[in-house]
Amino acid sequence: METLIPNPIQNLNQVSWEDIRNEFPILRTLVHGNPLVYLDNAASSQKPQAVIDAISHYYSYENANIHRGVHSLSAEATLAFEKSRELVREYLNAQKTEEIIFTKGTTESINLVATCFGKAFLKKGDKIMISAMEHHSNIVPWQMIAEEKEAELVIIPMNEKGEIIQEEFDRLLSPAVKIMAITHLSNSLGTINPVKEMIKKAHSFQIPVLVDGAQSASHLEIDVLDLDCDFFVFSGHKTVGPTGIGVLYGKEAWLEKLPPYQGGGEMIKSVSFKKTIYNDLPFKFEAGTPHIEGGICLWNALDFLKKIGLKNIKEREDELLSEARKRILELDFIRLIGTADHKSSILSFLVEGVHPYDIGVLMDQQGIALRTGHHCTEPVMEFFKIPGTVRASFSFYNNFEDIDRFILGLKRSIKMLLGS
Amino acid sequence: MTNPINLIQDQLIEEFEIFDNWMDKYEYIIDQGKELPVLEEKYKRPENLIKGCQSQVWLHSELREGLVELNADSDAIITKGLIALIIRVLNHQNPKDISEVELYMTSRIGLNEHLSPSRSNGLNSMIKQIKLDALALQATQIGNLKSNLI
Repeated sequence: METLIPNPIQNLNQVSWEDIRNEFPILRTLVHGNPLVYLDNAASSQKPQAVIDAISHYYSYENANIHRGVHSLSAEATLAFEKSRELVREYLNAQKTEEIIFTKGTTESINLVATCFGKAFLKKGDKIMISAMEHHSNIVPWQMIAEEKEAELVIIPMNEKGEIIQEEFDRLLSPAVKIMAITHLSNSLGTINPVKEMIKKAHSFQIPVLVDGAQSASHLEIDVLDLDCDFFVFSGHKTVGPTGIGVLYGKEAWLEKLPPYQGGGEMIKSVSFKKTIYNDLPFKFEAGTPHIEGGICLWNALDFLKKIGLKNIKEREDELLSEARKRILELDFIRLIGTADHKSSILSFLVEGVHPYDIGVLMDQQGIALRTGHHCTEPVMEFFKIPGTVRASFSFYNNFEDIDRFILGLKRSIKMLLGS
Repeated sequence: MTNPINLIQDQLIEEFEIFDNWMDKYEYIIDQGKELPVLEEKYKRPENLIKGCQSQVWLHSELREGLVELNADSDAIITKGLIALIIRVLNHQNPKDISEVELYMTSRIGLNEHLSPSRSNGLNSMIKQIKLDALALQATQIGNLKSNLI
């Protein structure tokens, strides 16, 4: 089950990126007869053999319900599940393991905070602040609670490069804002937001901040202590781990103050028809049997990323992004969407006069997996007055040959569509 | 009696058999898209819009001399090409035949991936809409016949 990658990689000459790529069996498959070029990493990442083996191992040798049985299997599964929680804590540099809640994913984590925070703290006329580049998952849950509590959603605008306008942010800060939720790394534009500085400013108004780390968790080194964010959320499936498992990090003080999200088993200490005493953190927020396999195997995923090292990953992905950007700009009719000064791993673009869908279909025929459309950020598309973009999103396991194939395929597609 | 629409479907399937690679097939579809008659702006109204997650389709159908006349458009050229194929098969047919036909050509031509129920390009919904329209037009037709008899 162990990979050949030493822990951590001090020197990239120790292990080649090709060795790391070879850990991902799906990258050896064919699509429409062509070797797969997978550039849809922002939607979901592929899984290394270590994670795939761990899933199979779990069901072959470890499967049992956790946190209750006295029998050995249950105890082992519980240990493995809690060991994973501890690694998540380490991965995020959180202070306490109790601050790590397992959820279904980023979306559920945000819904949990929006619902529970709203229930406890929001009242009529309060404001909730988000940015203009949020994913629907970081818009809709806030809209729902705002509607329920008659609170107002305030949007921090962005500029043409796809960067949050900091002056506008300063202007919008006020004691009426009760919570702010903002993406760390935009999924449609690739912008890295200066969340640390923004959190500091928000805190000067006593505004707690949720950071949507769905994209950033696998591309940037995360340090929730340094960021000083109050909540940080991410998904397993975007961090080379299983689908259906995600994380909510919350500062203990906040998690203690929030009411439970759902009721059921696991989240209780004692139940009677008169009164139920809720369980302690983190179990207070984990009603019902959790996604045990997902939780346990998230360990293997984060361990894999840690072994490579997030600094190395960032460096590698910056190289890939910069090469792809350079090469695509050599083509005619290309318009890049999202040209922020600080970017990571995402190249969103349009071919003038061509609908993104047409590019997506022709690229797929050539075995190149891209995402086309609005990327669940319709307000961003509205801002740029476009129907959608074509998005190539890179991961450390992509290589320069992928970029060659991407550019070649794109040239071919444009030629077919524009006939030039 | 076989549905007359099947004759056109079979013809189309035969035409596609000459393409031995995807590029030729898609080049043909793109050409079809470019040749699709322009849908008049007045028909691009909200009630004619079938919103897909990826591309959008406008569809206008009306009854003309007992047959269904179809006009459609899309913002994506491949979707438009596929619309052209569907229109070629279903246009100027009688509403009953349209509502009853099974469109097996899409799978036989290898275009089923474009018709996934995720409605990503609106095509699947367009076919459903054409059939619904045909049913409605059929009902109008019967209604008219009855009132003529009275």
